[in-house]
Amino acid sequence: MDLLRLATAGSVDDGKSTLIGRLLYDSKSIFEDQLEAIEATSASRGDEHTNLALLTDGLRAEREQGITIDVAHRYFATPSRKFIIADTPGHIQYTRNMVTGASTADLAIILVDARKGILEQSRRHSYIANLLRIPHVVVAVNKMDLVGWDQEVFADIKRDYTELASRLDFRDLTFIPMSALHGDNVVDRSANMDWYRGSTLLHHLEEVYIASDRNLVDVRFPVQYVIRPQSTEHHDYRGYAGTVAGGMLRPGDEVIVLPSGFGTRISRIETADGPVEAAVTDMAVTVLLEDDLDVSRGDMICRPNNRPAVTQDLEAMVCWMSETSALQPGAKLAIKHTSRWARAMVKDLRYRLDINTSHRDESATGLALNEIGRVRLRITQPLMADDYQRNRNTGSFILVDEGTNVTVAAGMIVGTE
Amino acid sequence: MPTTQLSHLSMLESEAIHIIREVAAEFERPVLLFSGGKDSIVMLHLAVKAFHPAPVPFPVMHIDTGHNFDEVIAYRDRRVAEAGVRLVVASVQASIDAGRVTEETGPRASRNRLQTTTLLDAIEEHRFDAVFGGARRDEEKARAKERIFSFRDEFGQWDPKAQRPELWNLYNGRHRQGEHIRVFPISNWTELDVWHYIKAEDIELPSIYYAHRRPVFSRDGMWLAVTPFVTVMEGETPEDRLVRFRTVGDASCTGAVDSSAADIDAVIDEVAATRITERGATRADDRTTEAAMEDRKKEGYF
Repeated sequence: MDLLRLATAGSVDDGKSTLIGRLLYDSKSIFEDQLEAIEATSASRGDEHTNLALLTDGLRAEREQGITIDVAHRYFATPSRKFIIADTPGHIQYTRNMVTGASTADLAIILVDARKGILEQSRRHSYIANLLRIPHVVVAVNKMDLVGWDQEVFADIKRDYTELASRLDFRDLTFIPMSALHGDNVVDRSANMDWYRGSTLLHHLEEVYIASDRNLVDVRFPVQYVIRPQSTEHHDYRGYAGTVAGGMLRPGDEVIVLPSGFGTRISRIETADGPVEAAVTDMAVTVLLEDDLDVSRGDMICRPNNRPAVTQDLEAMVCWMSETSALQPGAKLAIKHTSRWARAMVKDLRYRLDINTSHRDESATGLALNEIGRVRLRITQPLMADDYQRNRNTGSFILVDEGTNVTVAAGMIVGTE
Repeated sequence: MPTTQLSHLSMLESEAIHIIREVAAEFERPVLLFSGGKDSIVMLHLAVKAFHPAPVPFPVMHIDTGHNFDEVIAYRDRRVAEAGVRLVVASVQASIDAGRVTEETGPRASRNRLQTTTLLDAIEEHRFDAVFGGARRDEEKARAKERIFSFRDEFGQWDPKAQRPELWNLYNGRHRQGEHIRVFPISNWTELDVWHYIKAEDIELPSIYYAHRRPVFSRDGMWLAVTPFVTVMEGETPEDRLVRFRTVGDASCTGAVDSSAADIDAVIDEVAATRITERGATRADDRTTEAAMEDRKKEGYF
């Protein structure tokens, strides 16, 4: 059994929470006490149906206002896969939550209301899914019951969305007509839309091929923690613990350590369960080297003939997430990239992007909450970085306000020089 | 060719180990909360694995309500000794004796809520800056909204509406003196994942997690154990039943379930088939109101 992380994005009334409730309910992942609790709440509020949205709206304020404020995580499993759902709010002011929930997603579900077609929000969610390089996208055309299960409506939306997507760079795009409220094409095939021959949503989620999504080519191992037991038994032990950020490492591999550039070989790769023959992306392991080098947290182990850029200058797309401040040229912020903290100065705001129209506003002087733009950063020390498009682990960073310690931006590297 | 696709348990384990190492690398004084419950047992197991063959570089802390199952305390002491970690015990009784909190009275008195004060006092006293907990997002709806690195202000409070964005695996643990971060490495695990992992790793648990006979009585639709810490009320009749505990907490508010699951495979079958959440089935403390957990978390609860 493997693991698929998915993010859902939709506008306020697209029925996103209902869809998640339906997935959990029909896959028998909702427990009776949870169902009883939301049935009672629905009844007391006078809702017509048991409101499955209440399953994901966990905070008091959300229940009171009938909206989703924050990213909620939900879990379900079928015999073939375990799923982690990041349910992200669709309101205009919560773009930062979608970026947060979608940053690690393998797949994004973008909800479209069949009655309304592609809206500004659909464009925004699609743009963000593309910016974050989510490998698989499903456009769920929901509320088909309210348009008489009409094939034409679905075809029109599919055509409009394909036109929108032609300006983006999705690798895998799937369209599914459904009614989350009634359950059509969510888990069970719809009896109302026999013209649709594709998979149900759950079947698609179970079958979508994710093994090739991770970068298995470029070896990247950011050193996270140095393990030195200081005991007689392990007197000379010096292990470099970390999580593989790209490629495959094996004992005997010739490697270099950046930024120093010293070369050596991997002598062993260990876990608490014993040595392993190979370590691949996402595995937490401990690497031992043949030579006694000065290696510490923040350094990067890679192959001599395939190196990330070692640079103090970055070009990046950033999504600004602070409610209280704006990003402006000259600003100094803390930056975290892989296992390294440094300071960054915003040298230049190249443009602010209107994600509804893709217009680049080069006259912009700052980025406010939920705005996305391209910046040039100067870093106090070299970072070992790749383009985000090539590697989500070594191409991403966060910016942190040094006064408040709050995370104020998500960054995706688009150039290193 | 070695496999390049990790199983879901390997992914969850690697994610948790990454988080634990990140904390050890970036914080001055971390501590791991250890109750002897299965989630904290898995947490300690993961911490041991994260630093192998070196010892775990931080202590563990038990917030002791004084209302314990003997089997759990025996397990706690044995496990802590095996792992070679230092145990800090923060006692709710001591908080009561010092006048920091007032004991609830009546047959339904519970020390559950009092633990928050004891916990926050201990964090302040020991100047802990990162506090590992075994909470999972599938447990409860307020927890489903919480970050893995969850910021607490100088009063230990959680503000669900002002959480830091959490992106990729880039955790932000920055804080000022007196503030701290709660860290939940197994946030993404479900109850069933925990049980599958316990089986896969052959982890020993306190015996009360498996079916055994003990005197219990029915209250609020669950079986409470007859212990010196609860008063059996009129109309409540103790009887000997075959039960097990799905969660292990304060003995006065943790319920048992009818079960004949005497080993790990039987427990997994039972958990996979059950239609009631573990907190709904066994925790009186979460049933008070719809937002009981959210309210307690805001005050600084686990």
